[in-house]
Amino acid sequence: MNPAPSIVFFTTASGAGYGLLFWLALLLVFGLAPASPALSLAPLGIALILITAGLVSSLGHLGRPERAWRALSQWRSSWLSREGVAAALTYPPALLLGLAVVIEHNLLIKVSALVAALGAVATVWCTGMIYASLKPIRQWHHPMVPWGYLLFAAFSGITLLAALLAFFEDARLLAMVAAVLGGGAIALKRAYWDSIDAPAAPSTPTLESSTGLGRIGRTRPLDPPHTEQNWLLREMGFRVARAHRKRLRRLVMIGFTGATALNLVALAFHGSTAALPLLPAALLALGAMLIERWLMFAEATHTVTLYYNSEG
Amino acid sequence: MTELPPPSAKKLGLVIDLDTCVGCQACATNCKEWNAGGHLAPLPDFKPYSAGANGVWFNRVHSYEAGEGEEGRTVHFPRSCLHCETPACVTVCPTGASYKRAEDGIVLVNTDTCIGCGLCAWACPYGARELDEDEGVMKKCTLCIDRIYNETIPEKQRQPACVITCPVGARHFGDLGDPGSKVSQLVAERGGYALMPELGYNPVNRYLPPRERPAPNPNPPAEAAPTPLDIKNPLLRWLDRALSR
Repeated sequence: MNPAPSIVFFTTASGAGYGLLFWLALLLVFGLAPASPALSLAPLGIALILITAGLVSSLGHLGRPERAWRALSQWRSSWLSREGVAAALTYPPALLLGLAVVIEHNLLIKVSALVAALGAVATVWCTGMIYASLKPIRQWHHPMVPWGYLLFAAFSGITLLAALLAFFEDARLLAMVAAVLGGGAIALKRAYWDSIDAPAAPSTPTLESSTGLGRIGRTRPLDPPHTEQNWLLREMGFRVARAHRKRLRRLVMIGFTGATALNLVALAFHGSTAALPLLPAALLALGAMLIERWLMFAEATHTVTLYYNSEG
Repeated sequence: MTELPPPSAKKLGLVIDLDTCVGCQACATNCKEWNAGGHLAPLPDFKPYSAGANGVWFNRVHSYEAGEGEEGRTVHFPRSCLHCETPACVTVCPTGASYKRAEDGIVLVNTDTCIGCGLCAWACPYGARELDEDEGVMKKCTLCIDRIYNETIPEKQRQPACVITCPVGARHFGDLGDPGSKVSQLVAERGGYALMPELGYNPVNRYLPPRERPAPNPNPPAEAAPTPLDIKNPLLRWLDRALSR
């Protein structure tokens, strides 16, 4: 599948934004909030900026972005529509949370933070399910995919929050959770790659089953239907990255491992010096996420390519 | 609404005979010709007269080799929308632009509300949908809805453009929901099959497999001996006659 930059940026930025919003809201719900309201407002603002930048970027993927509002209508059947609805519904409690923090209304803080956190989880889950629900793409129609979206959003979000708060107060609890999530992210990604690299199940479509010609015997393409590219081949037949997958996977792992290790290192630091390892950790996690998302597309194969080159 | 309508009794679709298809591309060409001005018109072409020509087509004809050695066959394989009974391309649509008609099961796109997100094309395992990159909306086979119900053209021509143009009669159009229809009988008689049924989208279109090749005659007729008339040279003819006496 073609890794459209608008989508790669969208899921990375919005994922980190929702993760950041989730963890900040959780701190506020449990009364572990930063001492001054400004320390809550800054991460909240950054979360909303990341989320909005991502959503705006996703419009770039549309052929008719001016009609995007229509996408809110089919939430009964479409995960993409549900994602849009969940994203839209997360804004009011998130903005209300900002207001509640400013006026220091404790109950309102707790209620709006809880709703915003739930909205963030729902939105990222919907994003993951858009991919996981597509049966023609074997690497996406995989049970680990939506959990991966949730875990990676939580991981990149908490590294950001830890880095931001470390400048002003003790962020060791956040760093500890970030390290645990980082370990989880490494394990999940490893397991996912092992799973998609394993020989495909016999029920996986092949050129023989997609044409029904398997009854005659082994089938291979003889003449293509067109000699030039078409949209299908550009969109679904993307093959550039598969040549570099090993190196790119290693980069993702280096990013995840580095970010996890730096969060562990930060546990040894006191006061604002902890920001020294935590800031590069957050940037490493975000960089690794960009490559991970790019690979997520580039490694995915669509059944339509079977018809063209018998590669599923 | 992108929720699917209740299953319709009428299931209009195509039956494609892989035994007789000669891969001439006439169906694809006439499809393009009709639909460039049809229900989902226009069908754009970029760089039509130079290298890199590409555009939207509803029908693509592949050619494959199947089987080995003496058993091997060349099979031409037209690929277009199968108008599935439970199409994911409809249910994934976030705007309701992609829909399945309740009355005859035809899957269509409303290009006035399509946002061009491309998710329906990702959800279609058969590659039946192509994005119109000029208009920014999705396009697909309409089963020539503007021909089959068109009362301004002679009744005999109320068939999809691909069917009416096929020079070898390899394409058939009809109601696959009616077991008594010509197309349903053809499917029953020839063992017509659906593509990738394991994915669960229940395609309506059917493909008729290439017929079994007749076994070679175990008692081939003996080659006849040459008659005197087969011998053109007059001298040899005289010799043949003289020696045959």
